[in-house]
Amino acid sequence: MSKKHYFDPEDLKKFGNIGEWQKPMADKFFDWYSEVFKEGALTEREKALIALGVAHALQCPYCIDAYSSGCLEKGADEEQMMEAVQVAAAIRAGTTLVYSTQMMNHVKNMSL
Amino acid sequence: MGIHQRSKSLASRHSDLSDTFFQLNVLNGAEQKDNRFPTFADKLPEGRLLPTQVDIFQVNVGKLCNQTCAHCHVDAGPDRKVENMSRSTFEQCLEVLAATDIQTVDITGGAPEMNPHFRWFVEECRRLGKHVMNRCNLTIIVANPKYHDLPAFFAENNVEIVSSLPHYSALRTDSQRGDGVFEDSIKALRLLNSVGYAQENSHLKLNLVYNPSGAFLPGNQEALEAEFKRQLLRKHGVLFNNLYAITNMPISRFLDYLIESDNYHDYMQSLVDAFNPGAVQGLMCRNTLSVSWDGYLYDCDFNQMLDLKIEVPREQQHISGFNQLAFEQRQIVLNQHCYGCTAGAGSSCGGKTA
Repeated sequence: MSKKHYFDPEDLKKFGNIGEWQKPMADKFFDWYSEVFKEGALTEREKALIALGVAHALQCPYCIDAYSSGCLEKGADEEQMMEAVQVAAAIRAGTTLVYSTQMMNHVKNMSL
Repeated sequence: MGIHQRSKSLASRHSDLSDTFFQLNVLNGAEQKDNRFPTFADKLPEGRLLPTQVDIFQVNVGKLCNQTCAHCHVDAGPDRKVENMSRSTFEQCLEVLAATDIQTVDITGGAPEMNPHFRWFVEECRRLGKHVMNRCNLTIIVANPKYHDLPAFFAENNVEIVSSLPHYSALRTDSQRGDGVFEDSIKALRLLNSVGYAQENSHLKLNLVYNPSGAFLPGNQEALEAEFKRQLLRKHGVLFNNLYAITNMPISRFLDYLIESDNYHDYMQSLVDAFNPGAVQGLMCRNTLSVSWDGYLYDCDFNQMLDLKIEVPREQQHISGFNQLAFEQRQIVLNQHCYGCTAGAGSSCGGKTA
């Protein structure tokens, strides 16, 4: 417990331990989680690429490690992975820029 | 453009890992106590693995290769000129093939085509009515004009081709197999397609081998095959039949990579954690006879590279003393690298086993 930093990569391996203090909810979460990532209308590779993009948008270092590995395992390559991150970045940038319409509306309303 | 190798053989580097005894020490945690893992044999019922009948006669004709791939379990390369099967050892193989009902001959290397007796051996196997598979690295076909007619030779002899292509992206392929390998591999695949391989209604089979370009396990074989087919056709107009997903064995040059990149512990742990009892039954060591360039017999190509000979009387450990009954009653030699074949969906020369 004497660590002086957050986000130890070793902690990712302990993710399954969240059930120690609330097992029924953790079990439900992990069942659902594994179901989400199974092949369906989207392939497992496509889902891993989405997860990688979301991991970057949320800036979760555990998820970035997990889904960088996951994307490679599912057969994605560097180009696809970077495009997934670019999509996430574009959405993040877009959500900032789209607010500018509010700014523009406000400015126009109070301008001659 | 030719290919440029990023790696050199362990032998040419005089690496400690070129000594198989040293490799086994690493795998068994003798070099570093933090790297001890549960004994593989303890994962099996009664701690042993028994063979079935021999279906596949796998011949490793030598370590000579035009490539020096970063993950090669054979430590093959252009410098490995000594370890090549002689005509007399090939003849001993043919005697066994003629005397048994083993149907499939699986030729591997190195680049098998660089052995001067390769074409003769293929023709002799066909004359015996055997099904011949050749593990071709693809680039050999375009490496030198004397190999340019290989696709026609393979087609004439109805040789099933099994070729490594670790990815449909040049970056991931070249990082494992050398700069320029992807481009040359695509050229070779087109040549194989042009003589009928993998074409609709063709009896000529062309299968690809995927193995991860790094310290991770292969994903779902069917999903990878679908994506490889889509991308290779879309980008390069290339066709193939099946994709075999094979796990990288923690031996030889891949072991060197794991240690040098500080991935050894986590990779071994991932293999151990992914142990799948359901993958054991289909392991290739159970129905394969593996012959080395100098005629010794092994349970598989990986045991061969670790110099773990079959457990039969000494005079029967060589092709010249092959005894099918004794061979089929032996116990398979196990060690820690066997985790590589039982992880996840399992791994063999024909892909997943579960």
